[in-house]
Amino acid sequence: MSALTPLCALAGAGFRRYTTYRAAMIGGAVTNSVFGLLRASVLVATIRSRGGPVGGYDTSSAVTYAWISQALIAVVELFSWQEIALRVRTGDIAVDLARPVDLQFAYGAADVGRGLAALLPRSLPILLVGAAATGLALPTSPWPYLLGAVAVLLATLLSFACRFVVNLAAFWIVEVRGVVGLYVMLTTLLSGLILPITWFPPWLRLLANLTPFPSMVQVPADMLLGRLWGPQALAALGVQAGWLLAVGALGRVALTAGSRRLVVQGG
Amino acid sequence: MDASCSGDRVGAVAAYRTVLASRLRSQLQYRTSFALYVLTSVVTALAGFAEVLTVFHNVPVLGDLDLRAALLVYGLSTFGFGIANCVAGQLDTIPTYIRTGTLETMLVRPQPVLAQIVTSDVTLRRFGVGLVGVVTLVVALAANPVHWTPARAGLLLVTPLSGALLFAALFTAAGALQFWLVDASEVTSSFTYGAQYASQFSAAVFPVPLRLLLVTAVPAAFVAYLPAAAVLGLTGPRWAPGRLGWGTPVVAVAACLAALALWRLGVRHYTGAGG
Repeated sequence: MSALTPLCALAGAGFRRYTTYRAAMIGGAVTNSVFGLLRASVLVATIRSRGGPVGGYDTSSAVTYAWISQALIAVVELFSWQEIALRVRTGDIAVDLARPVDLQFAYGAADVGRGLAALLPRSLPILLVGAAATGLALPTSPWPYLLGAVAVLLATLLSFACRFVVNLAAFWIVEVRGVVGLYVMLTTLLSGLILPITWFPPWLRLLANLTPFPSMVQVPADMLLGRLWGPQALAALGVQAGWLLAVGALGRVALTAGSRRLVVQGG
Repeated sequence: MDASCSGDRVGAVAAYRTVLASRLRSQLQYRTSFALYVLTSVVTALAGFAEVLTVFHNVPVLGDLDLRAALLVYGLSTFGFGIANCVAGQLDTIPTYIRTGTLETMLVRPQPVLAQIVTSDVTLRRFGVGLVGVVTLVVALAANPVHWTPARAGLLLVTPLSGALLFAALFTAAGALQFWLVDASEVTSSFTYGAQYASQFSAAVFPVPLRLLLVTAVPAAFVAYLPAAAVLGLTGPRWAPGRLGWGTPVVAVAACLAALALWRLGVRHYTGAGG
């Protein structure tokens, strides 16, 4: 219990920090909504051109997929995030390492708080715009939402674990913006944010499924759509959890190796 | 260059040249980072390419374009965006300049602020995007059965430049709006990167209200689809006829003038943060 108290406090701090910047939340929600509309248009045009479902999505489930995936961006935090990398560069990371709380868990807890704070202002408005613009085909039973909540939490934790590893590259190279940019690009393409992975040509689908990225968007979105249920849903959650453990462990190895390399000037 | 005896104008040009040369050299300083940047920019463009391929993996025609025509549109859009992103992409950082007070320093210098920001970081590393655009464009031109006329060839030649001007105008307008938005800076991504995304597709893909927006207020359809439709002789959908493509250079120049006017208003509105 006592080990969890500081993590809860850090999650609360992450929550409050995010909700301080209200204008930024509105700005982000507007952009996600515009992209939702553009992406939904492309999906609908493709399905109309085929004259039937594509990759298991008909028009109503495809537009819902587009809106849900846009609503996940801020919660899961799919885009550029270099907080730890900047602290490594400035040497502030030494302060973090000296704290009596584990560094990976501390940042992870703050990130969960951030994700929770993003839920209402950065997801709900996008879904409302979606409902008004194209309509949403959401499931009526409670199960998809319960499974979906677990999947979104796992997706957020996994996204954090990945961003943590990417940020730790700063221990070895001076300027990490290139690495972060590459990571964001791969996430955008392979997570299912641009197009559902079932639409990909076989080689690209195989490539995507060999990465943790589909666990960040495709899995939670399909769960919320009610497209995954029963054993399939449990298997998908298992894959998410497996990636989380693997990438989390990689983060620990990188942190240990990086801390050993770290030299901070001054005192 | 003997700037001292050739008057102020040459001196100003020489100053820009010195600044630009130093920016380019500084980018090549950290080799690994630069290589990663270029790789990122190529991968970014290839991801867009994969998206187009994925759509056409499922259907033979999207909107009114087949794969060949879609590649022409993708090539034009990406080439134009690549140029604009190298030259004007760093207008994205204006919110940081405003927040940190760097903008005040720029305002007291005897050069236009816009010119200073643009030359502050000509991002060579972003050229990977343009490169993918050029290659796609060449392949698409070889694959498409174009009935060439001098007018069509001329239009095709000016299209990448017009596209670059259109994107530069959008970046400038976005930068100008930052003077009012401050914290809500991300709002402008909706029409800069939104326009980039929309410009990769046929205007026929989008519902009519959105299509009208793309040929007027945010003229993304003029970046690639409309000029490509004019060159290929396509009729185009309702409210976005292919003939409009002939107006591309005029629209690009008009967009730039409008963006500059907005920029001037923005700078005048700016009151500083007391930095």
